[in-house]
Amino acid sequence: MDLRLSESDEAFRAELRDWLARTLPELPTEPARDDWPARVRYDTDWQRRLFDAGYAGMSWPKEYGGRDAPPSEQLVFLEETTRAKAPYVGVNFVGTLHAGPTLIAEGSDPQRAQHLPRILRGDEVWCQCFSEPGAGSDLAGLRTRAVRDGNDYVVTGQKIWCSFGHVGEYGELLVRTDPDAPKHRGISWLILEMDRPGIEVRPIETLLGSSEFCEVFLDEVRVPVENRVGAENDGWRVTNVTLSFERGTAFVSEMVDARQLAEELRPLTAEPADRRELGRVLAALDALWALTVRNVTQASRGVVGPGALMFKLAYSEARDRLGELSMRLLGRGAFDVHDERVEERLRTLSIPIAAGTSQIQRNIIGERLLGLPREKSWE
Amino acid sequence: MNFDLSDDQVALRDGIRKLCEGRFDMARVRRGFDRSVFAELAETGVFSARADGFAWADVSIMFQELGRALVPGPLTWSHLAHGRVDGVVGGVERPRGGEPAYLEQIDVLDALVVLDRDGVEVVAPSALADSIELDWPLDPLTPVRRITALPAGERVGDAGLARTWRRGGALLTAAYQAGMAQACVERATAYGLERHQFGRPVGSFQAVKHLLADMAVQAEVARTAVDAAACVLDDPETGDVDRAVSGAKVLAGDAALANAKGSLQVHGGMGFTWEVDVHLYLKRSWVLNATFGSPTAHAEALAR
Repeated sequence: MDLRLSESDEAFRAELRDWLARTLPELPTEPARDDWPARVRYDTDWQRRLFDAGYAGMSWPKEYGGRDAPPSEQLVFLEETTRAKAPYVGVNFVGTLHAGPTLIAEGSDPQRAQHLPRILRGDEVWCQCFSEPGAGSDLAGLRTRAVRDGNDYVVTGQKIWCSFGHVGEYGELLVRTDPDAPKHRGISWLILEMDRPGIEVRPIETLLGSSEFCEVFLDEVRVPVENRVGAENDGWRVTNVTLSFERGTAFVSEMVDARQLAEELRPLTAEPADRRELGRVLAALDALWALTVRNVTQASRGVVGPGALMFKLAYSEARDRLGELSMRLLGRGAFDVHDERVEERLRTLSIPIAAGTSQIQRNIIGERLLGLPREKSWE
Repeated sequence: MNFDLSDDQVALRDGIRKLCEGRFDMARVRRGFDRSVFAELAETGVFSARADGFAWADVSIMFQELGRALVPGPLTWSHLAHGRVDGVVGGVERPRGGEPAYLEQIDVLDALVVLDRDGVEVVAPSALADSIELDWPLDPLTPVRRITALPAGERVGDAGLARTWRRGGALLTAAYQAGMAQACVERATAYGLERHQFGRPVGSFQAVKHLLADMAVQAEVARTAVDAAACVLDDPETGDVDRAVSGAKVLAGDAALANAKGSLQVHGGMGFTWEVDVHLYLKRSWVLNATFGSPTAHAEALAR
């Protein structure tokens, strides 16, 4: 057990640093937060540069154009790009980290051939249409209906919290194809072309005043059966396959940012109580970095340890403490959201909610790791 | 990247766990520390481990297991002093400004080491005749004597040695506490499965399940921090030693205390009894949080 990187990981770091030092100064100015056409251009331009340099699809298999990098190299990649303040994955998020991996695992050859190269090059933007107003934590309770009509499904329903819904050209769409089956067994996974008739997209204004999420209304939208990924009614399994792609690296950029923010608070802590709280936050973030390294180590060996299931809950709490400490230390200086620390406090309020609330995380830890029985079902 | 227990370390962990299960069950632990405990641990190599070529990471794994089983005694001090002061060694930080000193396990010690600003001294237990035994010590497994004026001893090490021992002591105490925190998760989970109310195991209720989940996370994060600190101590180029050790002491100290209290809550009324072991973990966590620097003191050091 040690904290050293291998020589090849260090060599990769050096080469990547070199490339970042050459490339970042060439980038155009970052667009305004809500100038979505400009953001799409900026983010996809970055994706194209990554692709040309061989850094696109770090975790993707080589046969689909990826780098097939070991988890430790993926960690170094995320650590270095975040530290260098390179652009985030941005609008490429769903395509490169979710839809692409799903197609690799479960898509047909024509589906892969059509989408994977374009996603990697930044030619295609995806959005996610999973949650519904009545299906959040209980995602499998989704009710958007898809009725077979010849070679099409006819889809009617409503989706919410669709990341990048207004700029996505394709959507990952979960629909109910068998209303009579038990809820996990009647779901299918479809590729939705977002320009089909009957689709209406309305941005949601978040508490930041920005709009990366949308509502999507579907009114008898015709989706070809060939757009289905995996078998009919097997969509729940298809959805969960993607999760295994993260290999412990999902929060690396977040962690690098959080540690940097915490370091920047040091000079502001005059009161002993604030110093102690900062000390506890630093200790927690250091430990969570070590836990990331441990999770990545285990992922390289194909092991999913307890830390992988625990990470998100622990990170949510540490990040909340960091956010509250920032607000306390900034005092009236926090009235201006242009201060990055204030914007971060607001943005990170979503972390304990998105992708499995902290309450759902505790159920998972209690039931899968500790072996406690499920609570009585109300259904 | 290799930040996980090696096969040898897994075997070491399992070996110490088996030893504790076989030789140090709760009935024996409740009888407290004596020379037979010391002799068995010495034979296993707990005190000589680093002299025998084991790394801090290995010793930390041993202490995590000893803490999980709540094996009593001045184990950390005896490990630190090995090779310099022989036998059963206890220790204390010299109090400042004429405050009384609280000395643990004096009646079984061969020597007491005292750390101060200038270094390390050794005091013979026979020089502590003025001390008074507490008839109601906080932790029943940590007998304590109070002495108004701790006598001067023979100097055996300089300020550098005192710093090294404080660092090693904080790490091993944190390791012990991380093991305690994990034991509290295991014991409380077992009780949550066994205890039924409203016709169901209480651990099936989310109010209890979520408390147990939080305890499990705290224990795992603490264990990770301890492992990382031990690795940095073994290979200082991979981090900042003082920062890593303080972080471990903060997280393991907080986890041991929070999980002992959580375990008490899950055990309900039984947790408030002398018979159930929960209070022994809780009381030890307070004792250890006042040893080799409190979590608060280490947190403050981290922010400096």
